[in-house]
Amino acid sequence: MITLEGVTKVFNQGRHNEVTAVGGVDLDIADGRVTVLRGPSGSGKTTLLTVIGCLARPTTGRVRIDGEMVSGLPERFLTEVRRRTFGFVFQKFNLIRGLSALDNVVLPALPLGVAHRSLVDKAVGLLEHFGLADRVFLAVENLSGGEAQRVAIARALINDPAVVIADEPTASLDGERVGQFLAIAEELKRTGKTVLMTSHDPRITEAAIVDRLVTMADGRIVEVAP
Amino acid sequence: MRAAFERRRHLLDFAVRSLARRPTKNLGLVAIYALVVFLVGSVMLYGAAIRREAAVMLASGPELTAQAMVMGRHEMSRTTDVAALKGLRGVRRIEPRLWGYLWDSAGAANYTLMVPPASDGAHALAKGEAIVGEGVARARRLAPGKMLFLVSPAGKFLKTKVKSVLPADSALVSSDLVLVEESDFRAFFELPPDVWTDVAITVANPREVATVAEKAALKLPGHRFVTRADMTRTAEALFSWREGLALALLAGALLAFAILAFDKASGLSAEEKREIGILKAIGWETRDVISAKLFEGGLISGLAFLLGVIGAWTHVFFFSAGLFEPVLKGWATLYPHFPLAPTIDALEIATLAMLTIVPYMAAILVPVWRTAAADPDAVMR
Amino acid sequence: MIFHPPILALITAAMIAAVVLAGSGVFALRLLAHWDLDSGAERQIGLERATTLVSTVVAFVLVLEAASLVLFAFNADRMAPLFVGAMCAVGTLNASIYGFPTLWAKIVVFFAAFAWLALDRVDGRTRDYALIRVKYAGLLVLAPLVFIEGALELAYFLDLKADTITSCCGKLFGEDKPALGGDLASLDPFLAMGLVAGGLVVAIGLGFLVGRGRFFALAHGLASVAVFGLALAAIVAAIAPYVYEQPHHHCPFCILKREYGHFGFALYLPLFLATGAGISSAVLASVAPTSARAVAEVATRRLGRLAIGGHVVFALVALAAVLTSRLTLVS
Repeated sequence: MITLEGVTKVFNQGRHNEVTAVGGVDLDIADGRVTVLRGPSGSGKTTLLTVIGCLARPTTGRVRIDGEMVSGLPERFLTEVRRRTFGFVFQKFNLIRGLSALDNVVLPALPLGVAHRSLVDKAVGLLEHFGLADRVFLAVENLSGGEAQRVAIARALINDPAVVIADEPTASLDGERVGQFLAIAEELKRTGKTVLMTSHDPRITEAAIVDRLVTMADGRIVEVAP
Repeated sequence: MRAAFERRRHLLDFAVRSLARRPTKNLGLVAIYALVVFLVGSVMLYGAAIRREAAVMLASGPELTAQAMVMGRHEMSRTTDVAALKGLRGVRRIEPRLWGYLWDSAGAANYTLMVPPASDGAHALAKGEAIVGEGVARARRLAPGKMLFLVSPAGKFLKTKVKSVLPADSALVSSDLVLVEESDFRAFFELPPDVWTDVAITVANPREVATVAEKAALKLPGHRFVTRADMTRTAEALFSWREGLALALLAGALLAFAILAFDKASGLSAEEKREIGILKAIGWETRDVISAKLFEGGLISGLAFLLGVIGAWTHVFFFSAGLFEPVLKGWATLYPHFPLAPTIDALEIATLAMLTIVPYMAAILVPVWRTAAADPDAVMR
Repeated sequence: MIFHPPILALITAAMIAAVVLAGSGVFALRLLAHWDLDSGAERQIGLERATTLVSTVVAFVLVLEAASLVLFAFNADRMAPLFVGAMCAVGTLNASIYGFPTLWAKIVVFFAAFAWLALDRVDGRTRDYALIRVKYAGLLVLAPLVFIEGALELAYFLDLKADTITSCCGKLFGEDKPALGGDLASLDPFLAMGLVAGGLVVAIGLGFLVGRGRFFALAHGLASVAVFGLALAAIVAAIAPYVYEQPHHHCPFCILKREYGHFGFALYLPLFLATGAGISSAVLASVAPTSARAVAEVATRRLGRLAIGGHVVFALVALAAVLTSRLTLVS
């Protein structure tokens, strides 16, 4: 369970271009559910996602994960919590060019000091699971959009996170790939993962697997359904 | 413990890969870096080798040298002076020496003419014979058996047959040497039979050199006594100073290199910044990125240092430091052309590392941190 | 001033260290004034971010300081031929009044830096930056030390002139000389060895107990400092003569020479490590707040083990020197 209390995020604090991206959000995100943050661009949903995912610290307010206060932790521990708890799938996938699919998938685990062999076995297992068995050693720039996303998902799962965060997961995908993504999301949910997405794509927001739809505007939550 | 080791191994591995992904940029940097190490290293290794040569050369000389002084200027010693020194306690041997300089207009060089001392059986000469140094042999195209003609400033001729050429081992000072027999020497320079250039005094116990010098000075108040330690010190100081000066001149190059390193490390391409952003976002902390980047810097340093040191070492010991010889040696017109004895000295390597690797690493620290401290949420903005 | 490459390298290192610590010192003042962990303001985030930089650069400088201590001693030995009467590092250091003060300053900086790095490591492992204020206050102590060391070193090198008449180690560490060196040299070798052996036993014993609480860690720190002093005395009184196989040659610097296989480094390195670890564990135990106790205890234990290792290696190396020597001082 992730709990947000009065979370705000202000950029360029105290300067003339000060922006309040998130202004006072209280929210609970239940374990094992699929939650979608919806809203127009500039509504603060991506910023809120970064705060929830421990990528950024809130300017004020608190974030708790399973009761533990994480908003005041030093970077080192915040990173530790992030690595342990979250897997990220970015809008543009953000794979590192020049490295193979395998090398990209193991990246989040490198600083953890996992034994090399078991790490590679696990990464190959994940890639095979997502139908990329013949792409393991291929440089990522040679992958199709759908394949790149699946590599990104495999990378998000390498550290066995409890929560998978996906930012606009369908923005770079064509029609039939969306269905494929939803199938993966459903599988994640089935295996007990919490899934948190931002999207304004109706194919996502209206999908059957979504348990909760949070609508944002101007940095605030305007509607939570159900 | 094991995890910390694996973490380092993974980060090092990642650093190798990311260097390999930008071969042009990194090889360029390594090349410039290695050049800097090469320049500084050549100067240092050469200076040190010369100092060692000088020390070796002086070590074989007498502990004490006596020179007659008249009105503060060097004069010839008399045979009576030599006799006056006889009987000093602690002295093993007293040997008057004959040597002088000759400007050779044909070769446009200065030669040192010398009579081998009586105790030096290996270089004993008969009348009309000569032994020449390596530099003289080179300049005059001499070999054993050939004839050497010398003309004194007064117009006297000396015709000698070359008996042998001195080996190049201790060529620094013997290079311009011409050894001739005593009566030839006296005839050539028109010297009376009872004068000598100076007196070499061999002391039995090196700890007593100062005492012997003091006592000898009482017996021969008109003489100046120079100890070997004095000469070693002078040579050491002279060569250290030249080497240091050359290094100070290279400081500009070092500074320019440090600025270049700083610039390279701060002016990352958009692609590299994006990569670091991604690493931060997927769970690397600042420390991890700094480690990986410092591993990169360390690998570049290690490679460049190795290349530079090997280059400098080869340059100094196999090509006699062709590039810097005139700056560092430059004390005779005839430069000795000799192979320096190859050595590896920990102090020199450590100094070289401190002069090159330390400024490089220091220059990249702040830029590395600045990139590593990028916000992890930047990739999502 | 003697233009000697190692001197240029040492001055370069000292300047880098001074610049880094000046910058870090200014930052330390800002941090102490504005640190507020509960705030999520950009200033606080900026401060936290900059602490990574300070930790990295200060660690770099401290490695540099350790290297420069070794290079300084090594170079002093090599420069001896430049000075009248100098046979080893003692003569070079004596050639200027700043020589020995520079060496002592370097040693103090080495130990202070060691302790600071230990604080930094522990602070990095606490969730609430438990040691941040102590650490940065410590940096404000460390920075002037580094400046003083750099200034002394610079004054020393500027003051050095070739041909200076200096005294060799026999003058400083001769048995009949009145100063401290002479007292140490005339110390009974059996007594000196006995004292250091006793000190080592106590220090090693306490090393196993450092994790048991503040008292043991402090005692261990004191014991390490005592062993450091006793060990130096024993080196002058007994170990060095054993290495030289000459009963009246007591110099603690000549053992660094190549003639003696750089034996001194094998002796001093573990001793310095052990002393640094001992001091650090005591400092840690005395400043760590309750919230950091668990982390600090792990670190103290580890430092204790390092100290034990250093002391054991020192003891073995010293013992080897005595046993393999053909000299007999104690029958």
